[in-house]
Amino acid sequence: MTPSTTSRNVKPSKLLRAVIPLAFWLGVWQLAAFLVDMRTNGHGALLLPYPLLVAQRLWVLAGQGAFWQSAAVTLGRIFGGFAAGVAVGALVAAATSALRAADWVLTPAVKVIRAIPVASFIVLVLLWAPSSGWVPAIVSGLMVLPVLWGNVSRGVAQTDPLLLEAARAYRFGRGKTLRLIYLPSVRPYFVSGCATGLGLAWKAGVAAEVLCQPRLAIGTQLYRAKITLETPDLFAWTAVVIVLSFVLEYALGILFRRLGGGKP
Amino acid sequence: MISISNITVRFGEKTVLDRFSLELPAEGVTALSGPSGCGKTTLLRVLAGLQPMEKGTVIAPPNPVILFQENRLLPWRTVEQHIADVLPRERRGEVSRWLALAELEGEEKHYPAALSGGMGRRLALARALACGGGLILLDEPFAGVDAPRAARILERVRSLGLPVVLSSHERETVALCDRVIGLDGLPLRQT
Repeated sequence: MTPSTTSRNVKPSKLLRAVIPLAFWLGVWQLAAFLVDMRTNGHGALLLPYPLLVAQRLWVLAGQGAFWQSAAVTLGRIFGGFAAGVAVGALVAAATSALRAADWVLTPAVKVIRAIPVASFIVLVLLWAPSSGWVPAIVSGLMVLPVLWGNVSRGVAQTDPLLLEAARAYRFGRGKTLRLIYLPSVRPYFVSGCATGLGLAWKAGVAAEVLCQPRLAIGTQLYRAKITLETPDLFAWTAVVIVLSFVLEYALGILFRRLGGGKP
Repeated sequence: MISISNITVRFGEKTVLDRFSLELPAEGVTALSGPSGCGKTTLLRVLAGLQPMEKGTVIAPPNPVILFQENRLLPWRTVEQHIADVLPRERRGEVSRWLALAELEGEEKHYPAALSGGMGRRLALARALACGGGLILLDEPFAGVDAPRAARILERVRSLGLPVVLSSHERETVALCDRVIGLDGLPLRQT
């Protein structure tokens, strides 16, 4: 009798799946920085600093109170703008899906917002806003709004008409139809819109901070690093933006899973 | 008496029911028979008030409830939630009664994805019955359900004392009905 053999599908652990790509890209960065350093006779840090140098600058900056204040205020502004954009975008989508008059009036406006370049928004809002601190939040919100509107509208339109007919046949009423049919149907579109919108909010919000330069802001620090040619600081602040963006995305992921309650 | 007079239903260019008339007693279990596409589902939908007619009149008991040809279950609701969702607050205690009628005890916490085809069908049936009404309309109620179980469930449906009109391809199910009506309007069998 021959022993039976089974093939095992060995999967790398979660940690390895995170560490290996990170190590690979850090290696690419290190190599690129080395090549730039060679070609510029030791002045490579001005164009592309080594990862270790950036880490050192990040460590030094993290020891300063203003670093944490800037990071917290930027996080607050962008999250505030994002949340407002999500709320308004979803409400506008509900209105344009439910009411023909709202569709006629609001849909062109949202499409115009979607088409306007972020730089135009930043300059315009800077002219109108009571203080420069508001601009990143407002611009982030305006970037998120059309994305959420588009996704939620698509979710409403894609809601299964057979389920809606069943809801009518089983006398659900409007509230129950909304709670049991529309909201669960729209949820995947909403989550996808939030994920896309969050990335846009960070990009637009930090760009607005760079142009408006509020007192406490990551964007302001980026601008200062650029005019003083402190490229390692520029990289360090960019790393902060990336980490904060990941943290916020992770937190939202947990929130959505909790709200879903593990349902399919 | 359930009375359907001179109704015409069209889907675009296709005429499904053309000046169709039928009278059924508003009691017992009536089976509609006929080949696929002859209009059984359309007729049930007309009786349920879900299908717009080009012309004609329908007189039927109030608040009919229909089991659709498709299960139309909500993937995000559990078995017991499907029943509770159609019950008014004061009747929420009846969930187990309707699940027992459809022989779904022990499946309360499962989502539709975890149910077999036959179980899904029985859940859809239990939901329609729990919703209640003056007329029960069942479109292929026992598709995927084994014959002995279908017979037991149909007996329980009959014992509710409400008029039932169903369409079915299963001979076993049709044989258990009080009367069978061909869609040409002629009674094929009456007991």
